[in-house]
Amino acid sequence: MPKKLAIIASKGTLDGAYPPFLLASTAAALGFEAKIFFTFYGLQLLNKELSLKVSPLGNPAMPMPVPVPSIVQVLPGLQGFATWMMKRKLKKKGVASVEQLREICIESGVELIACQMTVDLFDFKHEDFVDGISSGGAATFLEFASEADITLYI
Amino acid sequence: MSEFDAEIDTSGLNCPLPVLKARKALNEMAAGQRLHLIVTDPGANKDIPAFCKMTGNSLVETSEANGKIHFILEKGASNA
Repeated sequence: MPKKLAIIASKGTLDGAYPPFLLASTAAALGFEAKIFFTFYGLQLLNKELSLKVSPLGNPAMPMPVPVPSIVQVLPGLQGFATWMMKRKLKKKGVASVEQLREICIESGVELIACQMTVDLFDFKHEDFVDGISSGGAATFLEFASEADITLYI
Repeated sequence: MSEFDAEIDTSGLNCPLPVLKARKALNEMAAGQRLHLIVTDPGANKDIPAFCKMTGNSLVETSEANGKIHFILEKGASNA
């Protein structure tokens, strides 16, 4: 019996996208059966075209080249700048892109499940999501998680 | 260094790409064949042994030179 990994992905930010795809792709490489259940803002990670952002606002731990006071962080363009900076850093350090990790997840058989309730709540459309994902609800996740060796809420 | 049948150089790539690339390469290989994996990510010193332990592949050799870590992995029979 392969080991099982169950993840709930609830965040739709650039930094929030890494842990679920990174761990699930690695788990698949280690021979795990892995499933990710995407709910609320995590559903953004399923869009065909990803435009994920990261913001220093409300995130005092985010390293910035110069200190930026919160009052300045609300200015237009600051989030775009922070996102550009983070993406540049990720590339420079040889870190895989979110798209690349997601592709590896799909290729290696990680099941991506969209939470149907939040898809309806936000009026998202399944055709906007990448191909090959399934949908389900709380019981779908709990059934798999009840047999999982590792369960994470991210 | 021991002989090997395939080689991948992941220099400059960070976690988890060396593991993912090793997996992909091993998928193409037969049991008993050896993979030479070159890594610059220092985390690989722990990650590659963990990968081998979990997948039934053997870590035959590890050496370090000029900031690069060289692993020789032998594909196990289980194909995990």
